[in-house]
Amino acid sequence: MLNRDEDILKAAEDWHKSGHGVALATVVETWGSAPRPVGSNLVINDEGTFLGSVSGGCVEGAVVTEALDVISSGQPKMLEFGVADETAWNVGLSCGGTIRVFVEKVG
Amino acid sequence: MKSETLAELNAERAARRPAILVTDVASGVQRLVKAADIAADPLRNELSAHLRMGKSGMVEAGGTRLFLNVYAPTARLVIIGAVHISQALAPIAKSLGYDVTVVDPRTAFASPERFPDVPLIAEWPDVALPPLNVDHYTAFVALTHDPKIDDPALLHAFARDCFYIGALGSRKTHAKRGDRLRGQGASEADIARIHAPIGLAIGAVSPSEIAVSIMAQITATLRLLPKEKDQAA
Repeated sequence: MLNRDEDILKAAEDWHKSGHGVALATVVETWGSAPRPVGSNLVINDEGTFLGSVSGGCVEGAVVTEALDVISSGQPKMLEFGVADETAWNVGLSCGGTIRVFVEKVG
Repeated sequence: MKSETLAELNAERAARRPAILVTDVASGVQRLVKAADIAADPLRNELSAHLRMGKSGMVEAGGTRLFLNVYAPTARLVIIGAVHISQALAPIAKSLGYDVTVVDPRTAFASPERFPDVPLIAEWPDVALPPLNVDHYTAFVALTHDPKIDDPALLHAFARDCFYIGALGSRKTHAKRGDRLRGQGASEADIARIHAPIGLAIGAVSPSEIAVSIMAQITATLRLLPKEKDQAA
């Protein structure tokens, strides 16, 4: 109910109307400590511009990369992020939780 | 998401009407359920429970996993009376995520010094309220103790179907208020909707404690089923 960052969906609609490829990422499940609640949205356009947040900054970069993929393929994807593991370049959540993010194309 | 679905969702949000987006996460197939259509939906129990709690989440239905994303308007609190309780109530309500507005025609009360960071309207309810677009996602409290201000405000809250309506005053004061409001066309059902004496019975004494009891009652009204509400009261 008490949702604050909703105008990003309006931005998604406007981007799509002006001819951009647009993807919508949504946090659909969380386990343990997760920075953003289930239902949080991030919208991404084909120039890599994004609004909103699914993790408060930890994995947005990876989500944007995957979203560009979804925009070109049109196929939705389910992404999962947990604690960053031994490979230091892997993105992850420093808070120790796990989140699952659904990424879909608009249009 | 289909662009038509996104446009429809944004239209519902702009009109402050709740809607739930149902997504089959395996296939990506989606549908938007507007609040008015929940009762006739096969998923009505899951949908109404999630809407009441304002919580998105995953559900299982007929062997498929569905994600319910709840888009509900930001709840608002309209406070009639820039009084001492209101000074405590406004920041508590803000911290709970409510958009708060204070209305009081008495400019000595409705001063920015007494209410920093809160939208303040120093007008009579008949002028102040219509532009506010008070609706079902609004909690409404009348705290002036002055019938000239509280009564017309309460009639407005009845007409706009606020989810919570409360008014300050003892049982005796409230009985007199009921008589006056009936005289101005309020129905028995309208009068019965007023929480008065206002707030949960937690033995509140100070303005801050009364503010806590009011906010607790508003929360219970927002979140609980009618039966659970009786137990909380």
